[in-house]
Amino acid sequence: MSRVMPDTARQYAPFLLLLTLIVALMLSATPVRAAVDAFEFDTQEQQERFRHLSNEFRCPMCQNTNLTGSSGGVAEDLRREIHMMIMEGQTDEQITRFMLDRYGDFILYRPRLTAETILLWFGPLLFLLAGGWVVMGIIRRARPVERVAAELDTTEQERLRKLLEKVDEPR
Amino acid sequence: MSRLKLFVPVGVFLVLALLLWRGLYLDPRTLPSVLIDKPLPEFELPTVEMADVTTSKDDLPDEPFLLNIWGSYCLPCLQENPIFMEAAEQDLVPIVGINYKDKPHLAQMWLEDNGSPFDYSIVDEDGRLGINLGVYGAPETFIVDGNGVIRYKHIGVIDYRIWENEIMPALAAVRAEMAPL
Repeated sequence: MSRVMPDTARQYAPFLLLLTLIVALMLSATPVRAAVDAFEFDTQEQQERFRHLSNEFRCPMCQNTNLTGSSGGVAEDLRREIHMMIMEGQTDEQITRFMLDRYGDFILYRPRLTAETILLWFGPLLFLLAGGWVVMGIIRRARPVERVAAELDTTEQERLRKLLEKVDEPR
Repeated sequence: MSRLKLFVPVGVFLVLALLLWRGLYLDPRTLPSVLIDKPLPEFELPTVEMADVTTSKDDLPDEPFLLNIWGSYCLPCLQENPIFMEAAEQDLVPIVGINYKDKPHLAQMWLEDNGSPFDYSIVDEDGRLGINLGVYGAPETFIVDGNGVIRYKHIGVIDYRIWENEIMPALAAVRAEMAPL
């Protein structure tokens, strides 16, 4: 029994190592969030709005990260602007307008519903419908074949019985 | 009719291939500027050359000019500098710089080391003018007409090919429009 223990330990060592790494990564990620929260606010509500807005805007420089998760130069500046505008008492709509006027729709992670973005919004639905239509067609065509194959008339059944008997006999 | 249906997958393939082929040549990093045909934002900032005097929109050239976003930390800016130097020597077009998110003394050193093609460089240390211009990193180059309206934007480094094929034609178009009839 005593030998089993070290073996098990060795078996689990890679997992332990992985777990340690994951925990280390999670811990090392904390300072980034701390940097985001370095701004001071008067109320909890202002801070919530700041966090919400920084999550909604896309960093223009780094392609696929929001402002919260980016440490790039312009992302920092934009977070500073958001903080300033919140402290000035501007509404979320005003702040969004400010960003749109300068960086266009790209800045929004959730694109607005406009004539230009309608395909972006409903394109996947269109593909789903087209796929469903194809699948329906296949199913409809497949059904009669199944039925014909399953139903044998009496002569066919007789033949099948004989064939099965032939298979069994030689052994 | 059912014969024709056999070609549907080929058709789908061709359409997809065409779209993907086109996608190969799209650069996701060049975002279309929403500021084209909009006036330059207001500003009141010192220049790299003169720290104690502020300059504003009114001091900009009253003919079409280039507005170049640069910084001493920016390697592509160093790469495109000779083109601007040549243009400045030949008096092709006035070039105004915006020293974006940089330290003025580093900017001065950079200009001494590499030469300045700029009439002057506006100091945008905190990047706020940059934000108002929709800038997301140096280098970026605007063509501004004599009325202070942005007419063209190039994102990224300018090489000779881009200079000849994009910048100069765009500048000529703006000039032609500005010329008195």
